[in-house]
Amino acid sequence: MAVASRSPNGNDAALVIEDLHKSFGSLEVLKGISLEARDRDVVSILGSSGSGKSTLLRCINLLETPDSGRVYVKGELIRMRGSGRGTPVAEDARQVERIRAKLAMVFQQFNLWSHLTVLENVIEAPVHVLKVPRAEAVERADEELRRVGMHDRRDYYPAHLSGGQQQRAAIARALAMRPEVMLFDEPTSALDPELVGEVLRVMRGLAEEGRTMLVVTHEMGFAREVSDRVMFLHEGRVEEDGTPDEVFENPKSERFRQFLAGTLR
Amino acid sequence: MDAVIAYLPAILQGTAITIAVALCSVVLAVFLGLLGAWGKIADSRTANTVTGAYTTLIRGVPDLVLMLLLFYGGQQLLNDLGFATGWWGYVEINHFTAGVFTIGFIYGAYMTETFRGAYLAIPRGQIEAGIACGMSGGIVFRRIVWPQLVRYALPGFGNNWLVLLKTTALVSVLGLHELVWESFTAGRSTRQLFTFFFVTLVIYLVLTAISDVGLRWLDRRYSAGVRRA
Repeated sequence: MAVASRSPNGNDAALVIEDLHKSFGSLEVLKGISLEARDRDVVSILGSSGSGKSTLLRCINLLETPDSGRVYVKGELIRMRGSGRGTPVAEDARQVERIRAKLAMVFQQFNLWSHLTVLENVIEAPVHVLKVPRAEAVERADEELRRVGMHDRRDYYPAHLSGGQQQRAAIARALAMRPEVMLFDEPTSALDPELVGEVLRVMRGLAEEGRTMLVVTHEMGFAREVSDRVMFLHEGRVEEDGTPDEVFENPKSERFRQFLAGTLR
Repeated sequence: MDAVIAYLPAILQGTAITIAVALCSVVLAVFLGLLGAWGKIADSRTANTVTGAYTTLIRGVPDLVLMLLLFYGGQQLLNDLGFATGWWGYVEINHFTAGVFTIGFIYGAYMTETFRGAYLAIPRGQIEAGIACGMSGGIVFRRIVWPQLVRYALPGFGNNWLVLLKTTALVSVLGLHELVWESFTAGRSTRQLFTFFFVTLVIYLVLTAISDVGLRWLDRRYSAGVRRA
């Protein structure tokens, strides 16, 4: 199968996904998802649990291997090839590592490295993956930690921080990679209601700076006010896709209308 | 008391051999343990079966039986094989090597379980976070997995080390002139068995006490970021 290594229409959008499929055993989680995010786009991905939104995000940076479909980052195709066992594998592990470094991910459970301080967490990947000199990495880290309001906690270990602080540190860690696209996987779902606000404020700030963000979330307010595009996933398909105004004011899909009715109580 | 002083050089030499056997064995055991843990976790049916058989077999048989089997049986097997094929002449396995290999081989099985448990204690998400940053498998292992693996493995490792240190006493049965062998010899020739075994007991206590200090130092060193209860 001949596939252009540049993305279609010759565009170098930050992220282009074409016809992504993924099954776990006999359960088909993604049934052909396509998506395009241009530079500075903030795309919110909504959906009830089991709709495939987290899997979609994890397929983009190959934490899960999609069964078929194409992912282009800044116009560069992640090359896959068939393996003996039927599921495809990445053709070039180095390429995947290079692309992952451009796609910073923020996890629901923060996933800070617990044996490292906040500062060490933030400089770890720049120093060991991007090979940034340590002094420069620390400078960069201080800047990002100030941005998320965690500079005064830079020498703390994750175990001594609240969930909201941990998530802000994790966002600083992602920012320190100077990523092309930031992937947020339900970044506020594991937080106490009181701590959600501080994380959302940081994310709003990033959106206003013009960062390209893909945000899987249950925060309707954030999706509505901050994003440029909203997608609603249902049973592995895109049910609704448009600007926040289009989608929230005038939903086309019956399923999304039900979802909204259920969440906007 | 005079008898103890007379035999002290021999006993200290035996102590040195005990320490040497223990240290060499523990190095081998850690190596086999890491290999075994990797085999148990690896996504390979063959590796899982081989390491599963290793730990089941070793942990199910008394140390002494294995030691006698490997030392006497192994030597006989080796010589029969050499005679049959004509590839090598008479071989005599040296006591020290035999002791180190059997103890290392036995405690490798216990270390396998210790390291496997330690690996499983590392939150999967932290490994994913490393992968998601573009780290290669090697960097993830060196920077994320290893420091935490050591921390989670230390309590189990400490146990294994203390038991291993005491197990070296069994090598006296093979005739290695370590601490127990020297004390037994001294005690029999002076007819002061109680005195000499009491000295031996004290020496073992000193060795384990020093180990405890070392283990506690390691524990502090690798506990960065752990919240003390």
